[in-house]
Amino acid sequence: MSVLSLRGISKTFGAVAALTDIALDVAAGEVVAVVGDNGAGKSTLVKILSGVHPPDSGTITFADRQVQIPTPAAAHKLGIATVFQDLALCENLNVIQNLFLGQEIRPLRLNDVAMETRSWELLRQLSAKIPSVRVPVAALSGGQRQTVAIARSLLGDPKVIILDEPTAALGVAQTAEVLNLVERLRENGLGVIMISHNMADVKAVADTVAVLRLGRNNGVFPVKDVSAEDIIAAITGATDNVVAQRAARGQEGQQS
Amino acid sequence: MTTTTDRQDERLQSRDGLRGALTDVVERARGGDLGMIPVVVGLIVIWTVLQVLNPVFLSSANLVNLTLESAAVGVIALGIVCVLLVGQIDLSVGSVSGLSGAVLAVLFVVKGLPVWLAIFAAVVLGAVVGWLYAQLFNRFGVPSFVITLAGLLGFLGLQLYVLGTNGSINLPFDSGLVNFAQFAFVPAWLSYTLAVVAAGALFVSGFLHARERRKAGLSARSMTALAVRSVALLAALGFVVWYLGQTRGVGWMFVFFVALVLIMHYLLSRTKWGRSVYAVGGNVEAARRAGINVKAVFTTVFVLCSTFAAVGGIMAAARLAAVNPSSGGGDVNLNAIAAAVIGGTSLFGGRGSAFGALLGVVVIQSISSGLTLLNLDSSIRFMVTGAVLLLAVVVDSVSRRSRTSHGRA
Repeated sequence: MSVLSLRGISKTFGAVAALTDIALDVAAGEVVAVVGDNGAGKSTLVKILSGVHPPDSGTITFADRQVQIPTPAAAHKLGIATVFQDLALCENLNVIQNLFLGQEIRPLRLNDVAMETRSWELLRQLSAKIPSVRVPVAALSGGQRQTVAIARSLLGDPKVIILDEPTAALGVAQTAEVLNLVERLRENGLGVIMISHNMADVKAVADTVAVLRLGRNNGVFPVKDVSAEDIIAAITGATDNVVAQRAARGQEGQQS
Repeated sequence: MTTTTDRQDERLQSRDGLRGALTDVVERARGGDLGMIPVVVGLIVIWTVLQVLNPVFLSSANLVNLTLESAAVGVIALGIVCVLLVGQIDLSVGSVSGLSGAVLAVLFVVKGLPVWLAIFAAVVLGAVVGWLYAQLFNRFGVPSFVITLAGLLGFLGLQLYVLGTNGSINLPFDSGLVNFAQFAFVPAWLSYTLAVVAAGALFVSGFLHARERRKAGLSARSMTALAVRSVALLAALGFVVWYLGQTRGVGWMFVFFVALVLIMHYLLSRTKWGRSVYAVGGNVEAARRAGINVKAVFTTVFVLCSTFAAVGGIMAAARLAAVNPSSGGGDVNLNAIAAAVIGGTSLFGGRGSAFGALLGVVVIQSISSGLTLLNLDSSIRFMVTGAVLLLAVVVDSVSRRSRTSHGRA
């Protein structure tokens, strides 16, 4: 039972077909890793789901309803939260202001006490190591910024969270913490889409791995049945993919 | 004593009470987060120098004049602060203020409409100009620099067209408008009451806020700090009122300007709209992805800026009791922008406050008034104002670099 499913999604930028006929399913309580080489279309897919770019064609079904995601606000309203690779934080604002950006409590007389309390709750929940929430984000390290960005995505009680390269800039301990966090998101029944380059991370937390290659689906594998080498082969297209495609077909047959 | 929620990290050094607050300010300034420090230092230096050169400068009579002169340009600067906060610029505020004055004079004096209707029309015209800029900016992505440069010339032309063959139009002295700008002063008892009310309001709001924070388990300002702050404000305001009261007192026009500053300060710091203004100035893409309607923010800011320019134009016309082809020309434009920048509003966007406009315009008007007292003509005044503006921009850039190296950019 998938909470979010995409069918036939295509997107072109000028003469470049960034995505062609993409299908993707995410169930509640499932971590789907989306992997692919540079230029495979991962970022474009994220942007479509988060409402930054509308798709040229294809359908998005969210919670059994066909939906349009024309704006970031629409994605948020549906319950799709995105943590971008560049984190999209305002460096001149402090942690609280960034966490609640666009969804401040009491718009005409900001309730900063409530926002600060909630910020601490969220950060504790992620066991974040941020000394003060009143410093501008510019003063935080890369890992701390990642934590702030993930905490922000949790604010609106989303159903699906998209993490774009969540561990790319992190140290060993912080990577482990983010992976723990991803597992906690899964336990809470959220669908997680994790874009990643790191096979170790994918093998560690993902349930399903979807491979994109040159803007097309190149196989969907259950993580426990597949080796890192197979995934890499599908990413690079280094081997004949008939085997992979058979495996994917078998998987789809089981699901339906 | 239990540690409050926001003070649990062991790396945080405890900074309580007055000492802590002072240490914080010093640290921040070192890191390049200068805030209001340059403008306050600048003001002290400028006042000292001008007072030494001409002892009349700090006299009560001259300072009363200074406040009245500041009000019109200050209101325009307030609009500039808003545009600069989103990282844009409006170069046409001078022309728009002149046009607004011209429209007011023609409707009121030549056409004989009631004064409130003429004022209303002029202000609406300002808002329309801002809306036009915003449309051009949002739809076609033309840089605001170019749009408003075109506006600078275009609306100067429109001002001359509106004035037509009339040339200079005098506003009648018995109209409420001129009376308000030139002869209306706050009675002494009311000025002192307002000062007490302001200090009281500062204390009460601070106290309520601190209580709410303590209830939520967060650290809060101590009673002593709150009391000291309010008493300091009371003393400062009391002194200003007393000193200005030696001659004519505090003009209603200046009170009007300060009220606008307070309103803008509230809007910018305590509302969702204000937050989004800072966010757009800091990182447009991040603001957009956070679900902020970036185009709407730009629109409100451009409309606000032009509206303030129109209001400033009306105030300048009322102060002069006349409108002529050179109203809003000359240095009005540059003074307003300089005031905003000197007041600590960053040209790079996302940094600054409404109070910056107040302090900045006092600096600019002090220079202008001081040099006039020294019988120096406008050639010298322009050069000095230009140099001060340049200095402010350099301070802005250097402190930005310092913030980057201290991780506070």
